[in-house]
Amino acid sequence: MTSHILSWIVFTPLIGAFSVLFVPKSATRWIKWIALAVTGIVTALTCCALTFFQSAQAGFQMVERASWIPQFGVQYLLGVDGISLPMVFLTAIISLIACLASFPHACGKEGREKEYYFLYLLLETGMMGTFLALDLFLFYVFWEVVLVPMYFLIGIWGGPRREYAAIKFFLYTLAGSLFMLLGILAVYFAAVPHTFDMTQLVGMPRGLFFQQIVFMAFFLGFAIKVPIFPFHTWLPDAHVEAPTPISVILAGVLLKMGTYGFFRFSYPLFPEATYWFRPAMAVLAVVGIVYGGFVALAQTDFKKMVAYSSVSHMGFVLLGLAALNANGFRGAMLQMFTHGTITGGLFLLVGVLYDRTHSRDLNGFGGLGAKMPNYAGFLTFFALASLGLPGLSGFISEFLALLGSYQYSKVATGVSTIGIILAATYLLYMIQRVLLGKLNLKWAHLTDIKTQEVLTLVPLMVLILGIGVYPRIILDYMVPTLDGLLKTLEGAIR
Amino acid sequence: MNTVESLKYFIPELILLGGAFAVLTLDFFTKQKKLVGKFSLLVIVVALGLIETPAQPLPLFFGLFHLDAFAHFFRYLALGAVGVTILISLGYSPLEKRYAGEFYGLFLFMAFALILVAAANNLLMIFLAIEFVSLLSYLLVGFLKNDPKSKEAAVKYLLFGSVCSGIMLYGMSLLYGTAGSLELPVIGNALFYAPFKPLAITAVLFFFVGLGFKISMAPFHMWAPDVYEGAPTPVTAFLSVAPKALGFAVFMRVLATAFGHLTDVWSPVLVILSILTMTIGNITAVSQSNIKRFLAYSSIAQAGYILMGLAVFSLLGRDAVLIYLLVYLLTNLGAFTVVLFVEGETQSDSLDAYAGLSQRSPVAAAMLTVFLLSLAGLPPLAGFIGKYYVFAAAIGGKFIMLAIFAAINSVIAAYYYFRIIRLMYLAPATGPAFLSPSKTLTAALWVLFLSVLALGVFPGFFITRILG
Repeated sequence: MTSHILSWIVFTPLIGAFSVLFVPKSATRWIKWIALAVTGIVTALTCCALTFFQSAQAGFQMVERASWIPQFGVQYLLGVDGISLPMVFLTAIISLIACLASFPHACGKEGREKEYYFLYLLLETGMMGTFLALDLFLFYVFWEVVLVPMYFLIGIWGGPRREYAAIKFFLYTLAGSLFMLLGILAVYFAAVPHTFDMTQLVGMPRGLFFQQIVFMAFFLGFAIKVPIFPFHTWLPDAHVEAPTPISVILAGVLLKMGTYGFFRFSYPLFPEATYWFRPAMAVLAVVGIVYGGFVALAQTDFKKMVAYSSVSHMGFVLLGLAALNANGFRGAMLQMFTHGTITGGLFLLVGVLYDRTHSRDLNGFGGLGAKMPNYAGFLTFFALASLGLPGLSGFISEFLALLGSYQYSKVATGVSTIGIILAATYLLYMIQRVLLGKLNLKWAHLTDIKTQEVLTLVPLMVLILGIGVYPRIILDYMVPTLDGLLKTLEGAIR
Repeated sequence: MNTVESLKYFIPELILLGGAFAVLTLDFFTKQKKLVGKFSLLVIVVALGLIETPAQPLPLFFGLFHLDAFAHFFRYLALGAVGVTILISLGYSPLEKRYAGEFYGLFLFMAFALILVAAANNLLMIFLAIEFVSLLSYLLVGFLKNDPKSKEAAVKYLLFGSVCSGIMLYGMSLLYGTAGSLELPVIGNALFYAPFKPLAITAVLFFFVGLGFKISMAPFHMWAPDVYEGAPTPVTAFLSVAPKALGFAVFMRVLATAFGHLTDVWSPVLVILSILTMTIGNITAVSQSNIKRFLAYSSIAQAGYILMGLAVFSLLGRDAVLIYLLVYLLTNLGAFTVVLFVEGETQSDSLDAYAGLSQRSPVAAAMLTVFLLSLAGLPPLAGFIGKYYVFAAAIGGKFIMLAIFAAINSVIAAYYYFRIIRLMYLAPATGPAFLSPSKTLTAALWVLFLSVLALGVFPGFFITRILG
């Protein structure tokens, strides 16, 4: 029944990518529909996996195992648990939406649709593989596979400073991941017998000093991806220069690869180092939340504002991670999911406006609420979700993360709430500048949001509202695994 | 083993030698130089087909030709490199004006010489074989004798090479004086006794000079960019891989057999030289504007990575050298094949010729991208397997600093490899579309491309074949 469904999820986009290569360059409609169909199939497969998944169980399910490089004991090992399944679902849904959103965007470069959708589908394979791989070697391969298509997608279809943004993104991430590779090798050689298999590596004893060093190596890889405060400088460049659908993928999925790495690898492999680094993580989280919020407040570029708000919101994930308790973990995990949907939606809305005006200058807009009433409704919905309005999903996740961190450090929690106030400030200020006030006559001809654009936003709104009202629809999948992880951590410290 | 007995294990080499003379003769009687090229390709294929795996190490010709699994691997490597080089030379237009037949003949001699290097286990043979390769290299570099750059490159190469060989020969004389024998194993035993240690250290350093020149190890790498730039492009492609690979082969054999118990002395030296080589190569490559010089510096950096395996010198480290050499050979030959194609279309080696290549020739651009990504060591390509091996050797041997330097260097390397990729995909095209590459170039490209991909995706299969 469940045979190889994970492999199909990972490799269907790859098959799609290669079938795109065989379509003649001029048949752009075919290329687009193939890409949409493939991402749709992947979403359907993911929904199948959701139904097969026994949410009450911790531990890996639907495991697929085959020997890949016997000389190093490298296996082709896939599996899902409550941490990876929501991420896989998020990836599938965001990929589908961003693919639909790509339809008008990829036309910017005449005749290069083929390259675009080839790279796009390759990227999806990489992302899915990253979330599903349980073998460190395989994980690293998929992690790197994400980089190259992303470089091209930003570099070819991006904004004016695309080349700089693309190479900066690439080099930052590569530098981090190479240190992670050294860490992976250290783990491999320290394990007896040598193995990359996560199911065996968890629970093996390791010295504290070793754990600290290797935790740092992994940390570099993951922190750059998240991005955590001092490593975040690639993010505004990449997010702003990338075309809208790719910004959505960046914010919606790629940032989560970093925090997912903490949950999946750093924490279970190095439990003692986790406790040791806990204060540092909390400090970085708080700095990220507050710093990101203040910088977002200062932006006049709409997209840059959303990009910096990501830094702030991802800080809550880190805060929940540093809390090291049930509520913190649930908040962090949920925040990863909700941030993907909310910020993805905000980037789409920035794109909607940019397509019409070719401007992202917040001070240049004004009064669009009357001109584009439907657009105004969508934008307000996503802005309110992002600032944590009760009843929408952002509130639940940030509340849980703060609840968790309160048990750990009252100071950190207190300072972090500044971030929520800041979020309300910059988002409402944005709404004021874009939707309210006097209409700038330059934009008198603007048309309201189109059906196709609405189609990309509605699924996200359903998820945001659904989780906001009844968070258990997704928390039930996560909780047993997260509790299991907590038990592993507490067991190791005793 | 005496001469007559040895001959039956020496058939592929005899075919090469006979083929080389046959090519020179054939060259007299035919005006169709391409035919000569095809014939030499046939010779290589026949020789490849006749290679037999030795069941145990065979000391052929009274031990002067030591045919073991190690030499066997390098036989394949040498023949493969020469075969691909001849294949891509077939349509190389500057060659048509000058003695094309001799060009192919020299390459067959080169194949023979390279195999001698791989199987040399004796100071005399090592020196003679290396000099054989060097002389042929000088000739091939200066082959376009009306081209001043080619001439300059040949003279530079000759002068630099002679000095380095001389120094190595001096080191050999010290060893002979100590041990009273030319055989590496005997020397190894003699050096085991303490009084000879200073002498052994001196000798090993002299070896570093001579062999470091061959593998373009810093600080003996200065010849490489000029020679690579001046030499005919197929020769550059060949020089960047085959003599380098065989240089590593000798290096490994000498270090393992003669200086095996002095690891604590030369290993730190090699660590420093390895870091120096990759850093100099990478940093200098960043600012190059000529593709051949660019690839020259990149190949210096790659030599630095391979040296990591030698510096660690664990079992894994030695495996790493072999795997990396194969990976590097395939990838670099592939990159040079695209360079050859672009040079043929634009008559230019400048990096600007690559602007917008993705529109002018999508296949060539895609392939060069794959080769460059493989050189940068990104999965799932062959280059990653090589990188993985040397990193694993370094971490496994607790050479943490070396691994960290290599990681930083890999980021620098990725930066400049992406300069080319950026030009090909992000810059606008500067001219009309290219014609599709000739049949021979296409064949070579696809073979190399598919092997780079296959080695990256199914490394286990290849590793088993290579390391047994």
